[in-house]
Amino acid sequence: MLTRIKAVAKKEVRQLKRDKRMLYVLFIFPIILLVLFGYAINFDVHHIKMVVYDQDKSFDSRNFINTLTSSDYFDLVGYINDESKIRNILDTKAAQCVIVFPRDMSKKFYSNQNVSIQVLIDGVDANTASLINSYMTLAVASYSQKIQSEILAVEGQKAYIPIDIHPSFWFNPELVSTFFLVPGLIVMILIITAVVSISLSIVREKERGTVEQLNVSPLTSLEMLVGKTIPYVVISLIIAVFILVAGYILFGITIKGSIILLFFSMLLFLFASLNLGIIVSSIADTQQVAFQLSTLVSMLPSMLLSGFVFPIESMPKAIQVITNITPAKFFMIILRDIMLKGVGLGAFWHQIVYLVIFSLILLLLSAIINKRARTA
Amino acid sequence: MNSIEVNKLTKKFGSFTAVDEISFNVRQGEIFGFLGANGAGKSTAIRMLCGILEPSAGDAMVGGFSVMNQPDKVKTQIGYMSQKFSLYNDLTVEENINFYGGVYGLYNNKLAERKRWVLKVAYLEGKQKLLTASLPGGIKQRLALAIAVIHEPKIVFLDEPTGGVDPISRRNFWDLINELSQSGVTVFVTTHYLDEAEFCNTITLINAGRIIAGGSSKELKTKYLSNTILEVECSRVIDALDILSKEKWVEETSIFGNYIHVSVKDESEGRKQVNKVLALDNSINIKRIDKIVPTLEDVFIYLLEKDTKKNAD
Repeated sequence: MLTRIKAVAKKEVRQLKRDKRMLYVLFIFPIILLVLFGYAINFDVHHIKMVVYDQDKSFDSRNFINTLTSSDYFDLVGYINDESKIRNILDTKAAQCVIVFPRDMSKKFYSNQNVSIQVLIDGVDANTASLINSYMTLAVASYSQKIQSEILAVEGQKAYIPIDIHPSFWFNPELVSTFFLVPGLIVMILIITAVVSISLSIVREKERGTVEQLNVSPLTSLEMLVGKTIPYVVISLIIAVFILVAGYILFGITIKGSIILLFFSMLLFLFASLNLGIIVSSIADTQQVAFQLSTLVSMLPSMLLSGFVFPIESMPKAIQVITNITPAKFFMIILRDIMLKGVGLGAFWHQIVYLVIFSLILLLLSAIINKRARTA
Repeated sequence: MNSIEVNKLTKKFGSFTAVDEISFNVRQGEIFGFLGANGAGKSTAIRMLCGILEPSAGDAMVGGFSVMNQPDKVKTQIGYMSQKFSLYNDLTVEENINFYGGVYGLYNNKLAERKRWVLKVAYLEGKQKLLTASLPGGIKQRLALAIAVIHEPKIVFLDEPTGGVDPISRRNFWDLINELSQSGVTVFVTTHYLDEAEFCNTITLINAGRIIAGGSSKELKTKYLSNTILEVECSRVIDALDILSKEKWVEETSIFGNYIHVSVKDESEGRKQVNKVLALDNSINIKRIDKIVPTLEDVFIYLLEKDTKKNAD
């Protein structure tokens, strides 16, 4: 049995070594994804382009603008002197927001009157728009507090604020979204490479007719699958190490928890993903179909339903149930727990159980499909 | 001694019966030809005998094991090679040998010994580092057969092994099959080429899932075809064929190149009749009429047409 498994594994490695295209896909694809997701997809909003229509032209308006631009959240890109230009600026995306200071702002400050500052925000990207809004609200609130205390100080009184919030973000104190994304990215890259590579490798045998020769040999399908999976598990682990190192070098992400636990759960996850690939290969008859089907079952769910980008908690209940169709969901939680929180098995053991159950269901399914193939 | 014993082997796909209660025996060391048109049930039968397809009913003993109950044991007893090229084109000759050797559980000395044998048989000594894709078709075929018997099985199944191979390579290939058979290996072969069927010790003909004839090539020619076959060379071949096939005294007509083969009960009576209907009644110019020894092709066409007619009735 070992001789046979070894023969299959060796053969697979040799074929892979000659298949330059597949090697590129296996090793270049993760780098592209890492760079794309690490740099391009960034949910942190910085350097918001801002145009000011300052009708007041006072010390206070300039001072307020300075407090905004001194952080790296807002960049001042210009001033306008005419209300009619606002529309043009937002239309051409010359700026994402326009602040309008009313003519008598400064005067009103010091005569205890309310002042309204108008902020016009480009609402096309709702996510960014709401972030701009909340940054602006915070900035205005703190600035108006400052003025209030100044005015009160002039009158010899002390400012009193009843409730003050001091938020403190654990695990990712600076709220850098790449910290959140890179573990997810590892999950996604691993599931795609595992499902695609194993399904292509099996379907290739079907397409070329070599599977017929293997069927009449004493090689059992279990031996063939084990022999085929070993090289791809090793490759997937290499890719994982590769992304972890790249994540550290490019984005400074470290693993807070146990590395052994990380690789142990990764093995379980790879096992589940490879099973998924095996099911795909038993449905598809050509490599083309296998490739499309395997990217479909690996990429889409791991991107949309795993909690990679969109939090599962905020999905409708029905969709939350559907998220269980991808093993990426379980491993995503485990990986973030280990990498970002540094917690141990106690925190996520039930996810491990889910992964095992998931793999067993897939194994059973592929056994049934295999059984059918022998009688028809 | 029989190395294959087939007993009422049947395979149904839904309501379609691909193989219908076939029974036959194959003796140890003989070359057994399994012939039939496409879709006659040849491949289905072979797949059942190799243990990769479960029979619907009946059974067969292959190398002493039941294909119904011990398909995994059967697989250790047989070698198999199909018309589809079964080697890995992206591996070298040696890597292919190593892989299949490993699949059949060979290692170290045994593997090295068999590797030498395979390379010798395939004329590839000293060329084991070549990519299999770069080999010519005939050599690939020999390599595939040699690898199919790398584990020295007692029985080897060849499913249309010479499809798409040039005549000289085919002849060489059959030399190899003969060598195997002489060393005691039972060779079970399907083919479309009737000249190849002549090389077989025993021939079995299958049509519509049933066996319709069996025996040696000589037996088939005499036993099933008591009629005389006249080869007629004449002008207006198509018209002549049409006219002859309508005559009551004609058993069978078929066209072979520019000649017509006419099957009749009696030779001299037949000659007279052919002359009459063609030359006298229809003024077709007859160049010659010869009595010929029937070829296997004549026999098969006769048997197949008879069986097809019977099935239609």
